[in-house]
Amino acid sequence: MLIRIENLTKIYQLGKVQVRALNSINLTIEKNEYVAIMGPSGSGKSTLMNIIGCLDVPTEGRYILNDRDVSNLTDDELAQIRNKEIGFVFQTFNLLPRANALHNVELPLIYNGTPRAIRRQMALEVLEKVGLAERASHRPSELSGGQRQRVAIARALINNPSLILADEPTGNLDSKTGEEIMQIIRDLNDAGNTIILVTHEEHIAQRCKRIIRLLDGEIIKDELNDI
Amino acid sequence: MHAFTRFSEYILMAWQALVSHKLRSFLTTLGILIGVTTIITIWTTIEGLNQYVFGQLSNIGASTVYVQKYPWVIKGDFWKYRNRKNITYKEYQALVQYCTIADHISPEVFAPKKVSYKDRKFDNIFVIGTNEEYSFTANVAPEIGRFLTELDVRNKRYVCVLGREVTDQLFEKENPLGKRIRIGDKKYTVIGVLEKKGNFFGQSMDNFIVVPFGTFRRVYGGHRGMRVALLTNKPERLEEMKDQIRGILRRVRKISPAEEDDFAINQQDMLTSLYKSLTSTLFAIVFVIGGISLLVGGIGIMNIMLVSVAERTREIGIRKAIGANRKNILSQFLLEAIVISSIGGVIGIVLGYFGGSAILSQMDLTSGVSVTSILIGFGFSTTVGVLAGFYPAYKAAGLSPIESLRYE
Repeated sequence: MLIRIENLTKIYQLGKVQVRALNSINLTIEKNEYVAIMGPSGSGKSTLMNIIGCLDVPTEGRYILNDRDVSNLTDDELAQIRNKEIGFVFQTFNLLPRANALHNVELPLIYNGTPRAIRRQMALEVLEKVGLAERASHRPSELSGGQRQRVAIARALINNPSLILADEPTGNLDSKTGEEIMQIIRDLNDAGNTIILVTHEEHIAQRCKRIIRLLDGEIIKDELNDI
Repeated sequence: MHAFTRFSEYILMAWQALVSHKLRSFLTTLGILIGVTTIITIWTTIEGLNQYVFGQLSNIGASTVYVQKYPWVIKGDFWKYRNRKNITYKEYQALVQYCTIADHISPEVFAPKKVSYKDRKFDNIFVIGTNEEYSFTANVAPEIGRFLTELDVRNKRYVCVLGREVTDQLFEKENPLGKRIRIGDKKYTVIGVLEKKGNFFGQSMDNFIVVPFGTFRRVYGGHRGMRVALLTNKPERLEEMKDQIRGILRRVRKISPAEEDDFAINQQDMLTSLYKSLTSTLFAIVFVIGGISLLVGGIGIMNIMLVSVAERTREIGIRKAIGANRKNILSQFLLEAIVISSIGGVIGIVLGYFGGSAILSQMDLTSGVSVTSILIGFGFSTTVGVLAGFYPAYKAAGLSPIESLRYE
């Protein structure tokens, strides 16, 4: 079991108002699953993604990732978990504009102290995997949207994480490019990676093997999807 | 994480961030540059001066004291000293007789005189009447010929020893030994020429003539004030010697225990400490000016770093999301501030060195690159970088990754 979430609640304090973004969520995800988290805006899917991605901690309940309870870790411990266990793919790509593709991809390795030569080697290998090896020295502004997202995927893959967390990965792409990215993600799942994809688009969710639907901070439906 | 990998990585990041805003970076570091330039300019100048002044002051032996009417460094009322009695020959004789710690004692009288040889005439050449001990107390040695001997002095002979510059002016390429020159109204035979001493603040130290003490007094009168130089070969007994001199003179002059000395015992360290107090005042002023400039520079750096952190909120979010911890972010921004400040510092060191050299060359002095000044320049600029960069970097390190990623 990769992820076990028990009675997870997240409450935000907005001024004097308490907002219950997640309400007693229970959820387990196995290794090599391909899960979509679906829901309209305000449903709590971003909050859930932030907690699963170790960017945030729950108010109540437990989150166990890879047999480790990460519900109450400090910021720096969470940073280390993110570095080792989680690869992020964002809607807006979130690449460093001044750095070239290679440097963007090797960035996670800088923070775990991998020596430069090894970093270069590993970064080139994952860029090769997403078909961008010949674009290694290009900056994000010199790449198309699809290429940028592929660089971001390469960055997510470089530490060989337990979990790839994709937040609306096709949201800023045209449908043809989006299709290509979805294919890459599918291939990664076929190769053994666990994927969690957050989306509000039904047709993207339908590409996943399991769909979890959220509404008002609760799971309203959790179904397997035959593809 | 390997410390060096990490460090070089941060330096690289800082460099990339700075070159992407070249003009802004330059303007930011300008305050530091000006501050360091000011400090290094003065430092270089004073170091050059020190080397020169201490070199020259060492010509006055550290173990020689001078008994005189006036102290070299006058504090307070000049008139108090004016009414003092001159040092007399009798007092000199008392010192010779009773000052047992002194190894060499020379009486010294001075006057500017007209000097001529053949058709060459010079006004106002400094003539010193003294004895054979002067070569020890004043630390002079003949380059050619010989110095005064006891016999010259006792017999009040009409002989003289010339400084290098006087020799060159009077004789040009002629051999001066045995030649007779006119000093005032009398003719003297040249018996020696002294080694060159050089200049002291543009003043030649070789433009003088030494004649026997008795000869001087017989020709120019014995009434004028004199000074007595006393040298001990045991520097550790210098203070003891000064006490002995004081005791002898107070006894000879019959000064009651309640009264102050009415003579001065001068020594080189009075000049050294005067010089030191002058330069340290100058230093203090310059450090205040440079310090203000560094402070303003530091505020500028802090301001730009705060802007930079705000501008790069998203970058900070990305770095945190992929695993940067607080320390990583703090180090990155702190090093950026240090790098920008150090660049100003390095340019300041170079400009300051040239500035100082330019000032020194106006005084015909040379300067060397000193490790101290490089350390000072680097130390100041780095410290300012750390102080100015810490708060912005701390702020960056504390940003929440979720909010930073959302930042537009």
